[in-house]
Amino acid sequence: MLIRINGRAFEVPENATVAVALLMSGETTFRRSVSGELRAPLCGMGICFECRVTIDGRPHARSCQIPLREGMEIRTG
Amino acid sequence: MIVIVGAGPAGMAAARRARECGADVTVIDDNRAPGGQIWRGEGRSLAPGVRFVNSARVVAGDATAKTLLVETEEGARVVSYDRLILATGGRELFLPFPGWTLPGIFGVGGLQALAKSGLPLRRKRILVAGSGPLLLAGADYFRRSGADVVLIAEQASAASLARFAAELIRHPDELLQAARLQTGLLGVPSKRGCWVEAAEGRDRVERVYLRQGARTFVEEVDYAAIAWGLVPNTELAALLGTGSLAGTGGAELSVIEGEIAGLTAAGREDLARRLYPRQRKALRFARAVDKAFALRPELRSLPEPATIVCRCEDVPFERLQACGSFRAAKLHTRCGMGPCQGRICGPAARFLFGWRDDSVRPPILPARVGTLAGNIS
Repeated sequence: MLIRINGRAFEVPENATVAVALLMSGETTFRRSVSGELRAPLCGMGICFECRVTIDGRPHARSCQIPLREGMEIRTG
Repeated sequence: MIVIVGAGPAGMAAARRARECGADVTVIDDNRAPGGQIWRGEGRSLAPGVRFVNSARVVAGDATAKTLLVETEEGARVVSYDRLILATGGRELFLPFPGWTLPGIFGVGGLQALAKSGLPLRRKRILVAGSGPLLLAGADYFRRSGADVVLIAEQASAASLARFAAELIRHPDELLQAARLQTGLLGVPSKRGCWVEAAEGRDRVERVYLRQGARTFVEEVDYAAIAWGLVPNTELAALLGTGSLAGTGGAELSVIEGEIAGLTAAGREDLARRLYPRQRKALRFARAVDKAFALRPELRSLPEPATIVCRCEDVPFERLQACGSFRAAKLHTRCGMGPCQGRICGPAARFLFGWRDDSVRPPILPARVGTLAGNIS
């Protein structure tokens, strides 16, 4: 299925999570920390909040917990 | 009505036994499907007749009114219960070292969870490090997923693990499991008494520096899977002021204790009591694991002054050194006040400084304003 990551279209597998799609697309930075560091998923299970991204305009979504949907617009920090 | 929070091995076992006794059972879980972390993606299902509230987070609760405030994708709702079983499982223990916040460094279970959610690992150079039985299980999974596991670095000493092997002989199931893992990992380099000291890379982890005794060396990696054991998720239990707390001790102990909780909640203590000998045996094994993989004191000196400890609020080690307690650290540095609410830095601070975080306040997870304002369906 097709999604958009920071405005660019990507073909991603079904049944994967948003975090997986981002990692597969080569994205290393999911968010910027309060002091500007690059951050990406740590715990993989929705606890650490390091994988937060903006999905369809909704900020602070934990990408490791959210299944992909056709046409999703994902923005990383 | 019996409500069970958590659909991992313990919650599933509790639900099954309570339902068998004819109880009305509802299970609430943060994930889409039952199985928890250990059985993620295995297509396991709850016992017939058990209601499942999935993708739901319990953000608060009231033990007097016997209600939980639950947030789902559709909105917030209040769930009432007569008996409540908390099977909230555990999370990995993460310890700070220079570079540990770099992208590409995950937990061991963390990288496994991502792989189970579809992340391809083929030909990825992966370092597996930290401590505990999860290292071997993770390495085995990564290897079977086509990864090149460059090294398994276990911080526990060879002597400590040899003593553990003597205890393992008393537990044939676990012994067999360990033997299977060892066989599957033949050819994978593995070191004991070896730990990560630092990681480097430009915009992701590229190199990891390790120590074994007096010797230091470097591994070039694509990903690093690093965790130092497990921490039980006790936030909801602390909030509700619950009585008996089991802790973490592996899937087998979880299933037994889940069954005991399910039977007891359904009023069948007589059946629950029959499981006590098996529980004692599993507990003995869990204690042997804790002892064998006890964390070495050298790990307390891994952070440099500028190493971030609280990743949500970017609080460096040196600012925490000036505090006398977790409460003071929260007040003066905002350590533990970010969205994870101390779930990552709290256990790290406990290990580094001996602090206990005893103040749990609702909401125990970030909640939508509407949920807290009472817009409840």
